[in-house]
Amino acid sequence: MLTAVVSGFVLALLAPWLYRIARGAAGWLLSLLPAALFVYFAAFIPQIASGRTAAASLPWVPALGVNLSFYLDGLSLAFALLITGIGALIIIYAGGYLAGDAHLGRLYAFLLMFMASMLGLVLADNLITLFIFWELTGVSSYLLIGFDHQRDEARAAALQALLVTGLGGLAMLAGFVMLGIAGGSLDLTTLLGRGDAVKSHTLYPAILVLVLLGAFTKSAQFPFHFWLPGAMEAPAPVSAYLHSATMVKAGIYLLARLAPIMGGAELWQYSVTVAGAVTMLVGAAIALAQTDLKRILAFSTVSALGTLTMLIGIGTTPAIIAAMTLLLAHSFYKGALFLASGSLDHETGTREVNELGGLLRAMPVTGAATIAAALSMAGIPPLLGFISKELLYESLLHAPIIEEVLTVAGVLAGVAMAALAGVVAIKPFFGEKTETPKSAHEAPASMLLGPALLATLGLAAGLLPNALGASLVAAAAGAALGAPIEVKLSLWHGFNFVLLLSAATLAAGSAAYLMRRKIYRLGESMQRVSQWGPSRWYRSTLDGVLSIADMQTRVLQSGYMRFYLLIVIAATLGPAGYIFWSRVRPAMPQAPMDLRFYEWLVAAVILGAAIATVKSTSRLTAVATLGVVGFGIALIYILYGAPDLAKTQFAIETLTVVLFVLVLYRLPRFTKYSEKPARMRDLAVALGVGGMMTTLVLAVTAIPRESRLAGYFAEHSVATAKGRNIVNVILVDFRGLDTLGEITVLSVAAIGVFALLRLRSSQQKSDPPGDAQ
Amino acid sequence: MPIRLLLTLPILIPLATAAAMLMAWRVRRLQRAINVAGSTGLLAAAVALFLRVHSDGILAVQMGDWPAPFGITFVADLFSAVMVVLTGLMGLAVSVYSTGSIDVRREAFGYYPLLHILLMGVCGAFLTGDVFNLFVWFEAMLIASFVLMTLGGERAQLEGAVKYVTMNLFSSAIFLAATGLLYGIVGTLNMADAAQQLDAADNPGLITTIALLFLVSFGIKAAVFPLFFWLPASYHTPPVAVTALFSGLLTKVGVYAGVRFLTLIFVQESEFTLKLTLVVAGFTMVTGVLGAAVQTEFRRLLSFHIVSQIGYALMGLGLFTPLALAGSVYFLFHVSVAKSALFLVSGVVYKLRGTYDLKKLGGLMQPAPGLSALFLISAFSLAGIPPLAGFWAKFALVRAGLESAQYGIVAAALGVSILTLFSMTKIWAEVFWKPGDESAQEDVSSFAVPGVEARPHSIRRRMLAPIVLLTAITIILGVAADPFFAIAQRAADQLLDRGQYIRAVLGGGM
Repeated sequence: MLTAVVSGFVLALLAPWLYRIARGAAGWLLSLLPAALFVYFAAFIPQIASGRTAAASLPWVPALGVNLSFYLDGLSLAFALLITGIGALIIIYAGGYLAGDAHLGRLYAFLLMFMASMLGLVLADNLITLFIFWELTGVSSYLLIGFDHQRDEARAAALQALLVTGLGGLAMLAGFVMLGIAGGSLDLTTLLGRGDAVKSHTLYPAILVLVLLGAFTKSAQFPFHFWLPGAMEAPAPVSAYLHSATMVKAGIYLLARLAPIMGGAELWQYSVTVAGAVTMLVGAAIALAQTDLKRILAFSTVSALGTLTMLIGIGTTPAIIAAMTLLLAHSFYKGALFLASGSLDHETGTREVNELGGLLRAMPVTGAATIAAALSMAGIPPLLGFISKELLYESLLHAPIIEEVLTVAGVLAGVAMAALAGVVAIKPFFGEKTETPKSAHEAPASMLLGPALLATLGLAAGLLPNALGASLVAAAAGAALGAPIEVKLSLWHGFNFVLLLSAATLAAGSAAYLMRRKIYRLGESMQRVSQWGPSRWYRSTLDGVLSIADMQTRVLQSGYMRFYLLIVIAATLGPAGYIFWSRVRPAMPQAPMDLRFYEWLVAAVILGAAIATVKSTSRLTAVATLGVVGFGIALIYILYGAPDLAKTQFAIETLTVVLFVLVLYRLPRFTKYSEKPARMRDLAVALGVGGMMTTLVLAVTAIPRESRLAGYFAEHSVATAKGRNIVNVILVDFRGLDTLGEITVLSVAAIGVFALLRLRSSQQKSDPPGDAQ
Repeated sequence: MPIRLLLTLPILIPLATAAAMLMAWRVRRLQRAINVAGSTGLLAAAVALFLRVHSDGILAVQMGDWPAPFGITFVADLFSAVMVVLTGLMGLAVSVYSTGSIDVRREAFGYYPLLHILLMGVCGAFLTGDVFNLFVWFEAMLIASFVLMTLGGERAQLEGAVKYVTMNLFSSAIFLAATGLLYGIVGTLNMADAAQQLDAADNPGLITTIALLFLVSFGIKAAVFPLFFWLPASYHTPPVAVTALFSGLLTKVGVYAGVRFLTLIFVQESEFTLKLTLVVAGFTMVTGVLGAAVQTEFRRLLSFHIVSQIGYALMGLGLFTPLALAGSVYFLFHVSVAKSALFLVSGVVYKLRGTYDLKKLGGLMQPAPGLSALFLISAFSLAGIPPLAGFWAKFALVRAGLESAQYGIVAAALGVSILTLFSMTKIWAEVFWKPGDESAQEDVSSFAVPGVEARPHSIRRRMLAPIVLLTAITIILGVAADPFFAIAQRAADQLLDRGQYIRAVLGGGM
């Protein structure tokens, strides 16, 4: 199983290179891997159907409790077969659809990377491993939607899908970690037995909301559905594969997977069922108003995803069986329809249904596949779609909550599906032949295989339902229910209420198809309302965040240094001052200071120079007087017996003054003097800092404590270090490394002065200086 | 190799390299060779040190054999050893890149010696066990970075450098004042000794005040909210190699010092400081990423992201659990590597198209698919996309946050991730995806540097090789994260068990 996942990634890396060698045959060659994987997984059917599971594990990051542990049960097997089977067809199809495209190799690589990620997602036993593959499907989806990256719309749609599903994914990650905390494990197999512990945990509501956010964004549930139609910017095979058959069902997979652990609680039941039902209706309604084939299919996919979510929310055994049957039926018919619509677009140059008509003669195979798939979509016997619809109605009628509402909603959506099936199958292929941008002819074999095979599958599975029902559906539904079940599917359930509903659905659907022009007009008038829909929320949220970002950056990063300094000083004074004043009672100096007159003199010089610095109106004077302050401090060192220190101070002061003069020389002159209030504010800040430092020093010196180092230095200076000047010995021996560092600082400063003097910029940049743009 | 040598080589090698290059002032070709040899040597020494610490535990050396706490002690625990390896790595990447991208005038005025002095200061800061000595290394870093930033004398450079140096001098002043105050209480400058003395001290309020002063000083160096202004104001002005080095190392030293002081010295009554750290972490993430979201200049956008990412590193410190600190250590390493790689990519883009303006750039995907892939990997890692290095770091932090029930900071961390993804894909879409001047194919001749004799092909290789190296590390730290994360966990355990450090320095206690 490990190899099954990893091989896709490896082949993805090789794909561009393989394409360069094999060119036109590359698609057929590359599809061998998914086909082989399909066979590999199909071989598991008997084992899984008999109730056993398979597992494989490889330590990955045990330090963080994340391992490559995979687990195959009915649910993951059903998905794995869809992913690999449809994957093989898609890769072959892509070879025909994008024949001659210079970047086809890249497309293959992304498709294979997606396939491997999706396989990892449905096989993962560890929640974090699942998340990792989940994110990778999102990344491959981003790259695939943006495949045609020259177009603005493709880039915008790629970003939209990435952000919406990415945000949901991150919420889901937090939910997973909390689920791990609540259930005591990150492994699904372990968590399966701890459902009650999870549901009674105080974190449960939060976990539910976070995980649902992930599932709903990925599976395009209302109000996050808007990214999916946008994703139709991708080439047809991508839309068919990611945005209809597999990736968008990852959320459904997750819900089914977690249902035995988290399901059953009222909160789960209501939120999942209602979100699904609303999505089902909204998707169906919007789909009816579309005339672009791909958008029709996209919105009807949204509707189908809603139906699946709703069924999992209902959670009864019939509902889960219905969900799993619909999952298969939908993947077959929608995959076929997407591919066929891609062929139509490819061969005629348009996807607008009103521009297509009477093409059956020109494109017989594509037409036949489309019709068969559409019959399944409409729910007409003997196709699999019919069985799944019967099961759907049956489970809605017996839903434990709001069954009347759900049944009505289900039937309405069914009507819409029937009408839409007419739009995608009858309109393009029957009636009067219309002029299309390109003169239509049948697509190449590579583009026929997929639609034909998928449509045939829908028919075969309908005719022989128990070939499927006995094995796959039962196994998948059993996994989602947490207990093995028996399933018998049949086309004929006798004359009952459900059959009546089906018949009514078809009748209403046909009527709706015939009245479609009215619906389009209604749709146009509804457009003004839908402008205020969720895709608008996305835009305005993004714009809102950006304008807040712009505002705060303008305020914070203003470009004014005095403002920067003010904030930094305030941040220094704030917390430190708060703790100091609230926790320490600063001691006031007790003894009057006995200073000699020349000490007073030095102090006065320093103070005077400091005031002069502040008062001066020229930068140069300020630098000079600041130098005086430094020299004054050096004098204090001399007075207190530290001539070496004083020497260093003199040297540093001199260099600093020179450096500053050079830098300041380049700056514009003072042009504007600060206003009086500003100066008062600065005075207050300065006094605040000075006051705090002074009281801090007084508070520290009030603690009676001798240096623990002085005695050692005095003792060892002569004896061990052979030096009579203790300060000297400290500088060059006890703490010689400090001096090495300071010497380095001095020499670097010297290089800096030299470079500033000699290395004048020859090309003065014309862009505005400073930091605010 | 003797421990004494192992601990001092990370300073001696850059110092000797710089000195040798100063003696070859006029022979630029020789300087370039010494430069690469020196940074290779530094990386080798760093790895040797790391391996020894990994097998033998914390190492300490008393400089000049003066026993602690009277002389200066050099200490290497796993955290500092990892950071020294990071320094060696950044040094090597940037010094190779520089040989292909730095203009002759800067080379002639001591660019390479300055680069190595900077590396020396950074290594010193990571290895010293002495508060005042740390200050000295901070100064060495500051002056070297200041001169590197002004070298070239362009107007924008000088303006940015003034803001840079002013803020950092304020930081130095606060550091020095705090050092004096701490010395007044504990009567020692040795970190381990100070830690022990503080255990016995009974002025918790005063000590917390001093701790906060240190944190402000480190906070300015680390560019946290609301002390980060100098960074976006200056980082986009020097040559991109310099920015890449700064981005990889300077702010990280600030975070390192904060972690060291809060785990070793100021551990008493730290609820307030840790809570404050967490709040600051959240605001740093958010303000930084919002700043980045509105930028349209490649390097400025990345600069704001440096700020944002520092928030994640602090988050682990604020949470103060083993997993959280391990996450911080992993994050620091990852973010330095990924962010520097992105800066280096921006330099190549500039060579190809002559601008950093995202609005003017475009269409680089077709002519430069390799560069595009290199960019995307580091960008996704920064945004925390699995299975790259950044994901594991963020996952550890998020998990630690949820385990400590700190939901606010976790929400901030996740929200900022999506905005990071937004601004990374913005660069991607604008520079690589958007149709641009397609006629301007990737032309090796754009790599030619006027006045430099090397052929364009060789220059291109010198610029791309470091990016490839850093990107490979991002992938390895992601796909094969386990052994590396285990190191981060051990480093975190050492940080939380400060007795080990104190014993290594003072030998059984005094």
